[in-house]
Amino acid sequence: MRRLSAFNTAALVLGIGFLYLPIIILVIYSFNASRLVAVWGGWSTRWYAALVQDEPLLQAASISFRIAFIAALVATFLGTLAAVALIRFGRFRGRLPFAAMIYAPLVMPEVITGLSMLLLFVAVSIDRGFWTIVIAHTTMATCFVAVIIQSRLVDFDVSLEEAAMDLGASPARTLLLVTLPLIFPAIAASWMLAFTLSLDDLVIASFTTGPGATTLPIRIYSEVRLGVSPEMNAVCSIVVAVVGIAVIAASILTKLNAARGAPVQVQP
Amino acid sequence: MKPQPQRSRLAGIVVWLPYAWMIAFFLLPFLIVLKISLSQSAIAQPPYTPVFDLAAGWSGLRSFFAGLSLDNYVFLGSDPLYVLSYMKSLQIAAFSTLLLLLIGYPIAYAITRTPRHVQAVLAVLVILPFWTSFLIRIYAWMNILQHDGPLNQLLLALHIVREPPAWLSTNTAVYIGIVYSYLPFMVLPLYAALERLDESLLEAAADLGCPRWRTFWTITLPLSAPGVVAGSLLCFIPIVGEFVIPDLLGGSQTAMIGQAIWSEFFANKDWPTAAAVAVVLVCLLVTPIVIFQHQTMRGMELD
Amino acid sequence: MASTTTIPGFAKRGFAPWTDRNSQPLLRIEAISKRFGDFAAVDQLSLDVFQGEFFALLGPSGCGKTTLLRLIAGFEHPSSGRILLDGVDLAPVPPHRRPVNMMFQTYALFPHLTVEGNVAFGLKQEGLPKAEIATRVADMLALVKLETFGLRKPHQLSGGQRQRVALARSLVKRPRVLLLDEPMAALDKKLRGETQFELMDLQRSLGLTFVIVTHDQSEAMTVADRIAVMDRGRLMQVGPPAEIYEQPDSRWVADFIGSVNLLEGRVGEAGDTIEGTPFGRIRVGAKVAAEPHATVWVAVRPEKIRLARCEAGAEQRADTENSAVATVVDVGYLGDLSLFKLRTESGVPLQAAIANTGPLTARGIGWNEKVWLSFAPEATIVLTR
Repeated sequence: MRRLSAFNTAALVLGIGFLYLPIIILVIYSFNASRLVAVWGGWSTRWYAALVQDEPLLQAASISFRIAFIAALVATFLGTLAAVALIRFGRFRGRLPFAAMIYAPLVMPEVITGLSMLLLFVAVSIDRGFWTIVIAHTTMATCFVAVIIQSRLVDFDVSLEEAAMDLGASPARTLLLVTLPLIFPAIAASWMLAFTLSLDDLVIASFTTGPGATTLPIRIYSEVRLGVSPEMNAVCSIVVAVVGIAVIAASILTKLNAARGAPVQVQP
Repeated sequence: MKPQPQRSRLAGIVVWLPYAWMIAFFLLPFLIVLKISLSQSAIAQPPYTPVFDLAAGWSGLRSFFAGLSLDNYVFLGSDPLYVLSYMKSLQIAAFSTLLLLLIGYPIAYAITRTPRHVQAVLAVLVILPFWTSFLIRIYAWMNILQHDGPLNQLLLALHIVREPPAWLSTNTAVYIGIVYSYLPFMVLPLYAALERLDESLLEAAADLGCPRWRTFWTITLPLSAPGVVAGSLLCFIPIVGEFVIPDLLGGSQTAMIGQAIWSEFFANKDWPTAAAVAVVLVCLLVTPIVIFQHQTMRGMELD
Repeated sequence: MASTTTIPGFAKRGFAPWTDRNSQPLLRIEAISKRFGDFAAVDQLSLDVFQGEFFALLGPSGCGKTTLLRLIAGFEHPSSGRILLDGVDLAPVPPHRRPVNMMFQTYALFPHLTVEGNVAFGLKQEGLPKAEIATRVADMLALVKLETFGLRKPHQLSGGQRQRVALARSLVKRPRVLLLDEPMAALDKKLRGETQFELMDLQRSLGLTFVIVTHDQSEAMTVADRIAVMDRGRLMQVGPPAEIYEQPDSRWVADFIGSVNLLEGRVGEAGDTIEGTPFGRIRVGAKVAAEPHATVWVAVRPEKIRLARCEAGAEQRADTENSAVATVVDVGYLGDLSLFKLRTESGVPLQAAIANTGPLTARGIGWNEKVWLSFAPEATIVLTR
């Protein structure tokens, strides 16, 4: 009985509409020729043109992308290891504190993680800047990666790994030849998630940044505190477009790989 | 892969690499925050005293511990501003979580009622905004809630109000911002829990004479409880420490604790106080955090 | 409790290495136990499997047969006991180095590899030259009749085809022992029957040793040279199918394999009768190896019971042994057999099975009819436990 009731349809339409309306309005206003929101001056791309001129903004964008790229790579690596350890290794000693530390950042308010990381860097006298942000973002993203990979591993058919070993592949080769290829979509998805989290982060970056390492969100924040501005609208629209395309690409990729590695049902 | 009696070196690395990282960059920082909360502010680099200096030897250590004090905590306890701030944050978080539940549950439920292939698309649609910048989405609301922004234009055009009301810098704006930003965090765990629900249970209830609404109340709702708990905690805990939303959308009456930490740190340069505020916040959140951990661990049952 | 006494006729195809005192078993399981906490999945089990045998582990769900298989493959570690292959203790050998291969119940085909890729996987791990791998893979695919399917992926195959790929993948490595975990569970009845015979042919022609786990009795009886019947982690009886069926050594085995009528009584003075059963006195075929007055059970298989209509006026040969008058309480028509639920005048419930040899039009025995049932002394089995 999959017919949608009126209530359910309304919930869906309103809900999804609510989620997208602000973004749509934002994008529309980025094309507003007039500077004032109240006045619609016609369609124009002047704000986008102005962006290209804005050196500091482009600089910030470049820094953000580089940080996100590296942080995502390391976080994916660490997070995958953590997920494998949690799911495959049974009850090893120290599992509980290990799991606690992996899941805590998921919910910890960002001001706290940001503050604590900054204090660490100060205490150990590390100069703050590009690399401290990378470290902070990696730490934060690792737990998200772990959660995604772990939910994939739980569904993973263990007998595939046993079959590989039975046929002569050592545990290491099994991981390489069988497990990793089959969970690859999850790994790719979590890389993207980590990338987005890093690109988007304001609070932690603010705490852990240093001279010459202004990220895009920090830049945007300093501008929007003063109020709405059409250049910001343009920047944000671009970011939305980039991320939107990436997410859609990722989900298409996941759909294409959906048949792989699903557990086989045995009809009794 | 069940663990072999002789654990291979590879397995050791798999565990120790992330473990070491998290200890260094998550646990250690917390201990440092704790330590600094027990220090005093100083005009120095770093701006607190005492400083932990291994080179100073035993006497250095002794003076270090002598320099620690609970002054900051006493200060926090005595100043009603902070106490109020904590309460405000908890209250806003609780109310927001409730709103999120009331709005998110019907959405999640509606998604499960659609055909399978549509569900996947809807799930992506729900999560897509989450992937676009958090900051940008709040900023989008700033656009809308402006004095002469589209919302007021609409309200004026429909003659619902005569004067354009002020939305920004109010509690209402903060609630709108929070619900908007955290909705995916509520919908997705709910959807996951509801999707796992065995349809044959509902059919059995109907077969035994249970009307639709009562089936929902006595079967669907209780069985989706883990999703409700997960989603609520996933929202409540970070909202307590929110900074960006109250800063951009709120006013002077919405002084949340996240803002207090930020201003102590950046504006007042008072690191020890900021640290103390943070420690108290973590203590307040320990119980829900532990419950969340427990739920997550239970979610992946080990055989 | 390995059974070494056999009447020669029991062994199939005259192949019975377990009767030869001089032959060494290929696989020896010595007092293996596997405990999970308090629960013993396998309990002090000892077993020998000989080269060239098709050996079946049979038992109800939860009896530990799959655990035992996994212990041999190396995916579980025994809590105590040893497993020896060719006299070598397998304990220190990890699963990927044991000369034993397993065919999984779910087939566990690698979804991201083609059929050829799957079959070649094990050979690649051995580091064989590419040309040799290609040849052996092609030969094996021909053997399981999947020559044209080499480039397909598992999700493009039917259940039966997947099963043959799984089989090919294990066989191509020429293991000393092939373990099969309920290999036909996912197949429909007809396909199952065909596959059973194919497996037997394959095993015989390649001269390999198979150990199969199944909960399906008729499957075990069809394919196996010997069956080990297990219950709750323990070995109940080992022997060729005919021996297990005709000479069960316990009530449990008699009841588990096929159907059986069990009657409790005491051994008579002369040792060739059982007294005091609900059926009265029963004469048995040979002298019972138990003391007089000892409590025993007489087992009679339903197909060994003869039924005849009670014609009005016919003599009730009350003195005839092993016979009684009964009422037909229920009839089950199975096409080739008819199953009768009977109750004797003294209230004893019995089952009988009669082959439907006559044409349908001839009136068979129906409900509530009075019948005369009897069984030969040689058709009885006396069980002491």
